[in-house]
Amino acid sequence: MSRVLAADTMPIRSEGDIVGVRQLVRQHGAAAELSLVEQTKLVTAASELARNTLLHGGGGKVEVESVEEDRRRTIRLSFIDSGPGIEDVELALTDGYTTAGGLGLGLGGTRRLAGEFEIDSVPGEGTTVTVRFHTRVRG
Amino acid sequence: MGEQQRHSGAEVASFLLEREAEIIDSWRRLPFFDSGDGDQAQVERDCGAVVRALAEAVRTGDEDDPAAAPFNSLRGLFMELAGRRTRFGDSASEVAVEAGRLKGPVVRLWKSAGGHRGVEQTALLVDALGTLRVAVMEIAVSTSAELIQQQQEQLLELSTPVISLWRGILAVPLIGTLDSARSQIAMESLLQAIVDQRAEVAILDITGVSMVDTMVAQHLLKTVMAARMMGAECIISGIRPQIAQTMVQLGIDLEEVTTRAGLADALAFALTKIGYQVTAPTGAIGR
Ligand SMILES: Nc1ncnc2c1ncn2[C@@H]1O[C@H](COP(=O)(O)OP(=O)(O)OP(=O)(O)O)[C@@H](O)[C@H]1O
Ligand SMILES: [Mg+2]
Repeated sequence: MSRVLAADTMPIRSEGDIVGVRQLVRQHGAAAELSLVEQTKLVTAASELARNTLLHGGGGKVEVESVEEDRRRTIRLSFIDSGPGIEDVELALTDGYTTAGGLGLGLGGTRRLAGEFEIDSVPGEGTTVTVRFHTRVRG
Repeated sequence: MGEQQRHSGAEVASFLLEREAEIIDSWRRLPFFDSGDGDQAQVERDCGAVVRALAEAVRTGDEDDPAAAPFNSLRGLFMELAGRRTRFGDSASEVAVEAGRLKGPVVRLWKSAGGHRGVEQTALLVDALGTLRVAVMEIAVSTSAELIQQQQEQLLELSTPVISLWRGILAVPLIGTLDSARSQIAMESLLQAIVDQRAEVAILDITGVSMVDTMVAQHLLKTVMAARMMGAECIISGIRPQIAQTMVQLGIDLEEVTTRAGLADALAFALTKIGYQVTAPTGAIGR
């Protein structure tokens, strides 16, 4: 049986919102008693994907949800935009591939940081990137 | 604008111009006109300018439009007055309230002046004074927004000081969240300091940085490259374990960059680099 502990939605429309997303995600991580390393990975992944939503997706929103199931806690982040979408997802995931003069490491790097990672993108309609971080509940 | 309204406008305009001296007298002590330097002649000139702009607005039928030429001609004055108040911490709405106080004395004078005062004329006068308040409000809002922007920029500069550790060695302790603007400023002030002080080594210490994502990493790498082009070697110190692990997983390559665990190690390296020998005194235990 799973239980939703907290669920939040935040718009991503400006650089300032990215700071807000990091803070929100950090709160979820702290509530789940993630280790410092896990928390840093979670927050970095959130920062990465929020910036993609803003920069490449033209803005959108994030859903953050903490769920407990058996003794496992899962933090799910879904970044949703209705921007141009990604033509070739495999290419976008390739390290070093960028259309915006970045390092091109955001998507590939986030996939390595998160426990689960999925991209759902339709060219011309938008992109949703979902990552999940899992942790065992202590005690 | 109909004939009737043009006629009313002219009537109100001539009232304002004829009674200019009395209106100035009723306004001169209002805080709105206080420019802080006690120059009464200037206050009177400012009041006069406002009276004449109001007269022009009702004459040309612009009494409802804060962007029209008559009100626009007061922009400079309002920016000075409103800007002064917002700098001293008054909010835009407080400034607008003070601008609203200009209305009472003029309307009283209008009503007390005898003769026939038509409803339409009174409405014109009140409209023009209301629009004046809106024009002031708009300017006060934009000056406070500008002020906030300025303060933020100052804060940014404050939060990225370039420290001279030794002749030829600079350090920038980076703290908190490194967004684009802050990284940019840190990079610019470091590069400038490298030139000014002919530094040979620059240390970017990120002990206080909470997170390094690809954007922050890119800024750091660009800074290192730019410093190198100016003849200075750049060291990144203070990469905490959790940040190092995350950077490795992200795939950020720091192989080309000199890194040290802490600022002290970085300084020791830098001193060696410029020709000093760093040795522990005899008998010292540990570091
Ligand atoms: N939400 C999105 N909508 C549309 N295109 C996207 C989206 N996210 C990523 N992309 C595309 O995938 C490419 C790779 O993304 P990735 O995050 O890996 O690199 P980047 O954002 O270009 O640089 P950085 O290393 O700073 O993240 C982007 O350049 C962009 O073309
Ligand atoms: Mg990216």
